[in-house]
Amino acid sequence: MTIQTPASRPTTPRLGRAVPLPLRREGPAKLTGRALYTDDLVFPGAWYGATIRSAVPRARLLAIELDPGFDWSRVAVVTADDIPGRNVVASIAEDQPILVPVGGEIRHQAEPVALLAAADRDTLREARRRVGLRTEPLPPVFDPLESTTVFAHHELVKGDVEAALAADGLAIVEATYRVGHQEQLYIENNAMVAVPREDGGMTVHGSLQCPFYVHRALRTGLGLDDAHTQVVQAETGGGFGGKEEYPSMIALHAALLARRTGRPVRMIYDRHEDLAATTKRHPAVIRHRTGVRRDGTIVAQDIELVLDGGAYTTLTPVVLSRATIHAGGPYDVPNVRIRSRAVATNTPPNGAFRGFGAPQAEFAAEMQVGRCAEAVGMSPLEIRRRNAYRATGITPTGQVLHGDAAALEVLERAAEASEFERVRMRTAAERAGRNPRARTARGIGLALGWHGAGFTGSGEAKMGSVASLELTGDGRIRILTASTEMGQGTKTIFPQLVAAELGVDHDDVEMGPQDTSLVPDSGPTVASRTAMVVGGLLVHAARRLKAEVEGRTGRPFELSWRDDARAHGPTRIDERFSPYAGRAFDDATYSGDAYPTFGWAAAVAEVEVDLDTAEVTVVSVVAVDDVGQAIHPVLCEGQVEGGTLQAVGYATIEEIRLHNGRYLNDRLQTYLIPTSLDAPRIETILVEAPFEDAPHHAKGVGELPMDVGAPAVVAAIHDATGTWIDELPASPERIVAALAGTTAPGPPGVSTVSAAASASSSSSMAPAP
Amino acid sequence: MTYRLVVNGEPAEVGVPGMRRLLDVLREDLGLTGTKEGCGEGECGACTVLVDGEVVVSCLVPVCQVDGSTVRTVEGLAVAGGALAPLQQAFLEAGGAQCGICTPGMLMAAEAFLAAGGEPTDASIREAIAGNLCRCTGYTKIVDAIRLAAERRAGAGAA
Repeated sequence: MTIQTPASRPTTPRLGRAVPLPLRREGPAKLTGRALYTDDLVFPGAWYGATIRSAVPRARLLAIELDPGFDWSRVAVVTADDIPGRNVVASIAEDQPILVPVGGEIRHQAEPVALLAAADRDTLREARRRVGLRTEPLPPVFDPLESTTVFAHHELVKGDVEAALAADGLAIVEATYRVGHQEQLYIENNAMVAVPREDGGMTVHGSLQCPFYVHRALRTGLGLDDAHTQVVQAETGGGFGGKEEYPSMIALHAALLARRTGRPVRMIYDRHEDLAATTKRHPAVIRHRTGVRRDGTIVAQDIELVLDGGAYTTLTPVVLSRATIHAGGPYDVPNVRIRSRAVATNTPPNGAFRGFGAPQAEFAAEMQVGRCAEAVGMSPLEIRRRNAYRATGITPTGQVLHGDAAALEVLERAAEASEFERVRMRTAAERAGRNPRARTARGIGLALGWHGAGFTGSGEAKMGSVASLELTGDGRIRILTASTEMGQGTKTIFPQLVAAELGVDHDDVEMGPQDTSLVPDSGPTVASRTAMVVGGLLVHAARRLKAEVEGRTGRPFELSWRDDARAHGPTRIDERFSPYAGRAFDDATYSGDAYPTFGWAAAVAEVEVDLDTAEVTVVSVVAVDDVGQAIHPVLCEGQVEGGTLQAVGYATIEEIRLHNGRYLNDRLQTYLIPTSLDAPRIETILVEAPFEDAPHHAKGVGELPMDVGAPAVVAAIHDATGTWIDELPASPERIVAALAGTTAPGPPGVSTVSAAASASSSSSMAPAP
Repeated sequence: MTYRLVVNGEPAEVGVPGMRRLLDVLREDLGLTGTKEGCGEGECGACTVLVDGEVVVSCLVPVCQVDGSTVRTVEGLAVAGGALAPLQQAFLEAGGAQCGICTPGMLMAAEAFLAAGGEPTDASIREAIAGNLCRCTGYTKIVDAIRLAAERRAGAGAA
């Protein structure tokens, strides 16, 4: 790993560099098995909960039928009629029910309809088999291009695309790209335990990213007030966006059963249920028409982007925003038109997954730039050099980029570390001289990307997050935030930031628990905002605390805080977010500073393609990511490496296949992710182009590497084989079809349909667990 | 039926159906929740433990098959006094654990690899943990951690 800060920039405070890096705060607990994940929590007398789901993609629910031959006295049953509050999973829109009511519409194959709980798993398993759903089928929609239900849409215009494309001397490059679903595949499945309280309130312990999202959903669905609703994050075994929004649903289900039984209820998904029912990355169809001059200057981009939102709104409008704004890629093009929409289909709702719309959009953008380079006979590196954003560049929303626009820097670093041009000459020579009986082909591919740091648009300003820092009466320094640890390092870097400001040791700073009854709402742990936004609030809070204590004691904080606590009692600083100076976004015109700043990334992948089987081995990836400032370089590299491998999986093997709107490969035997043997050697280079408006200069890192890995791999497949693959994943089937010039298997993400799907009235039993 | 095991050096006796998964016996009957369930079908390796020194996925092993065996779980790795074992320390330093849910199984697979005493090359380490899925790290730092532990072990042996 190398960290580069260009000499032309002012150096930033070397956070944590003066002292050895702290070790992961909760590491010892995780390494000894002491860390308690949700399923590890013991609640005496708890029952087990289960969800009865629809088995049809779209239907009217006529009846929920309980087998009279079964002893139901041993089982708690909850339907929509038992919901004390409003029957909605509170999110951006209120269209998704907690449970479909009788008479209501089932909109996807895994939709919750009823809940069961029993004292033991055997009884529960038997009860599940004794519930039937009577439904009247309605015609489903599976192809997003045929859907007329639009969740959100945008049109971004800069310059005059049509006029620019009509100019003489341009190569016009057109292509359509399609990407499928991707599953987050955190290794810990979703899990919640609800514990009813004597005061009528409800406490939920669970695996989750956003305690206050779950909190709000519980208040809405259970009709409870703040004081009677408590959400506590257990140790969480990965999230990647997959535990941003669906945990609200599971918490509501567990809580409804706990309310019914008066007992704690454990709602622990197994892998099959987690895969079948919870949100995935949105499939997308993206059409590009690009005008490029013979000298490699891109003069116009006309882009149409369609996201498949699945059956309900969930977070889709925000995902669409990010996809739209990132759709042109990190290139300063004078004439741009981006038309986008997100639509409904009768498939399980799609949601957040690392990158949040940008990986789909940037895959298409990068493939398109590669095609443009080919069209004008230019190196993929050179065309990016010519067109990449520089400081003062203007994005399609009219945002003027600042001095931390590090596109060229990450590009050059990646090209240099990978010896891109030298290897490309070699692979081109190999391709030209390839023996027809050659069994393998090597290729190298490059991708450049950008990622808006933090929430899109006015999201952060509206949320007004609060982070708190407390000097307790007994002299402890405690951080109070709702920001969750899912492995990314929150519990290590927050104390680091505070300790550096206060001049105390890392171990002197404690992390309060992620419990909504104890911490302020510092916003959700999403959008790579934790280090940048909440970390920034903590730095400000630490400065205020230090000034206050030093004002009272007249001595440096590090020498006087314990005395101050004894003499003065506790001090608490609540730091509320205020927008970064001079950055504003207008929602009405969808223009202005879409993000406080951008992080920049480049990846170079080398692959070997088996010319018989079309299997792709990703041999190596050089990942260069601009993170503003790396607070903890080891943890930061871990983010880049993990995100890069998820992108490699997205590029090569990860695909959900659907039939009649149901995921077919909904087990870990059939949905594959990379193993240690599939994983390339990943070389990480961190670049630090400081975000000047954050007190610690950090931009965030979580999502950035996800944007560039897949296009780099697919560009490398092109380099090896000479063929463009326009769909993700670039599976062997698709590569074989492209090489043979035959039709590829159906587009990724779109369900096949059997005649039975349009059959008339039916009565179906719920699927066995 | 009553089954007798030696778990992390302590004798244990459980009266459970013979087809009960070793994973459930460990987690629910013996309270050793360090061993995790990720898929329940032997694909992810989160439930990896050592049975008589062999790497097994405890979600696929009925307890009747291991009657009289010696079982080692993540709880049995730490050295006397609760200090981290060198392997655990190497994971901590190298950044080999992120969310931590694959970590117990990963550690047990790594422990078996170290015990076998093979050459700690990149390829041999990757082979040894190929049955253990990790979604956080990209495996790079896990491989680094195991190599570090192997080198320290070799260094200690030489000294």
